[in-house]
Amino acid sequence: MGGPVNPGYTRHHPRWHRRRIPIFWWLEKASYTKFIARELTSLAVGYTALVLMLQVWSLARGPESYDRFVSWLQLRPVVALHIVMLGLLVYHSVTWLSLAPRALVLRFARRRLPGTVVLLMHYAAWLVASAAVLWLLVAG
Amino acid sequence: MRRSREPFLWAMFSGGGMLAALFLPAAILVLWVAAPLGWVDLTVYDTFAGLVRHPVARFGLFGFVSLALFHWAHRFRYTLYDGLQLYHLNDLIAALTYGTATVLCLAAGVILIIL
Amino acid sequence: MTEPVTFQIQRYRPEVEDEPTWESFGVPCRSEWMILDALNHIKDHVDGSLSYRWACRMGVCGSCGMLVNGEPVLTCATYVTSVLPGPVRVEPLRGFPVMRDLVSDISDFVRKLESVKPWIVRKSEKSLEEGEYLQTPREMGEYEQYSMCINCMLCYSACPIYELEPDFLGPAVIALAQRYNLDSRDEGSEERMDILSRQDGIWCCTFVGECSAVCPKNVDPAGAIQRLKVTSTVHAFKSLLMPWAGR
Repeated sequence: MGGPVNPGYTRHHPRWHRRRIPIFWWLEKASYTKFIARELTSLAVGYTALVLMLQVWSLARGPESYDRFVSWLQLRPVVALHIVMLGLLVYHSVTWLSLAPRALVLRFARRRLPGTVVLLMHYAAWLVASAAVLWLLVAG
Repeated sequence: MRRSREPFLWAMFSGGGMLAALFLPAAILVLWVAAPLGWVDLTVYDTFAGLVRHPVARFGLFGFVSLALFHWAHRFRYTLYDGLQLYHLNDLIAALTYGTATVLCLAAGVILIIL
Repeated sequence: MTEPVTFQIQRYRPEVEDEPTWESFGVPCRSEWMILDALNHIKDHVDGSLSYRWACRMGVCGSCGMLVNGEPVLTCATYVTSVLPGPVRVEPLRGFPVMRDLVSDISDFVRKLESVKPWIVRKSEKSLEEGEYLQTPREMGEYEQYSMCINCMLCYSACPIYELEPDFLGPAVIALAQRYNLDSRDEGSEERMDILSRQDGIWCCTFVGECSAVCPKNVDPAGAIQRLKVTSTVHAFKSLLMPWAGR
């Protein structure tokens, strides 16, 4: 091979290459897409917090206002949207709880609890919290 | 002081995420699916209002909603930042997300006081 | 195997080209071959100019990390049969500048590793007469997992944040910092915390988790980073609420 052909290249100033990261880098690998989907559940959490407060606000404004809000909740497209939101919230819960044992090192009698045990403890907490909410709203 | 802010933001994100994970699915199942479909009756104003007006409920709701909003703000900020590579807009995105969360938090506080 | 396996290998010769190119090779592979064996065959019999790193050929040195069909793997630990029928795409590690062909420049990693002081830091050294620093098996168990890192940088290749944010310390560096933070003989957690708790230290991480998924030694750098986030947050709250308390 003869001398360098690429202008600007010399043996002591090599041209290292960095690729350009595509805008939709997260579409290129399934694990990345799942990651972004997981992160976007934050929108469901934000929406829920917002609309929950709107529901409380309708309470604050009186019975007629609350009735209007309840009617809005009963509209078919709204129910459909909220079923989707419920699905996203459950996805948030499942993914969040699966990650929690990696961050939490719990010890019992100076031994580290295995990840599965910590995960089961989290699921137990989810069960208890859900039961409390159900009891409060339905029976209370 | 820039570097000491992240732990607090992460703590709020973390708290909001955990509370949302534990409490929201059951709450939304009842409030926005079961009730509108008639499986549960939450239309009686006085029962529901009485429930929410309790001081513990007010404080609890305020704390919960605040953390949930900051959970969204922190996570969405990073998703935009990394997902769409909007590094040059970092300050704007931070202001929009945390700013919106703060404003909504204050609004929630006001609502829960006048309730 | 009867049929030669097609390997599509990324070439980059900066003295003749501006951008990397692809070159195809048909390699008559034996059934027990690793990807590395195929690369060695190409270099020995087809094109001696193919440049790549390898050393121990048994998965302990961390030299031969590359992207095979888009996945960061150790080429000495990946069977050709696991990527059949081919064509098999081989590229250099992501996130690092490519020097030539399959060789990346990893000096950024080395620099960041040095910055977290990956050695036992003592406030006061014991004298020789006092003997060794003793450690129970349980104390060693606290950090043992993180000491398994072979610096192969597959985690850096898998982490999208590292490629997106050039100042991010990265999974292996933080895992190795944890290895020393959790070592009972070490007294340097505070010093390391200064580097780690910077904006581009651990806080860039959004727990994608791919680093732990590709680690050949089960170091779980993602877990190390999340644990550090918890520690760092507790520390931040303590210094806020109890500034008088010495650490």
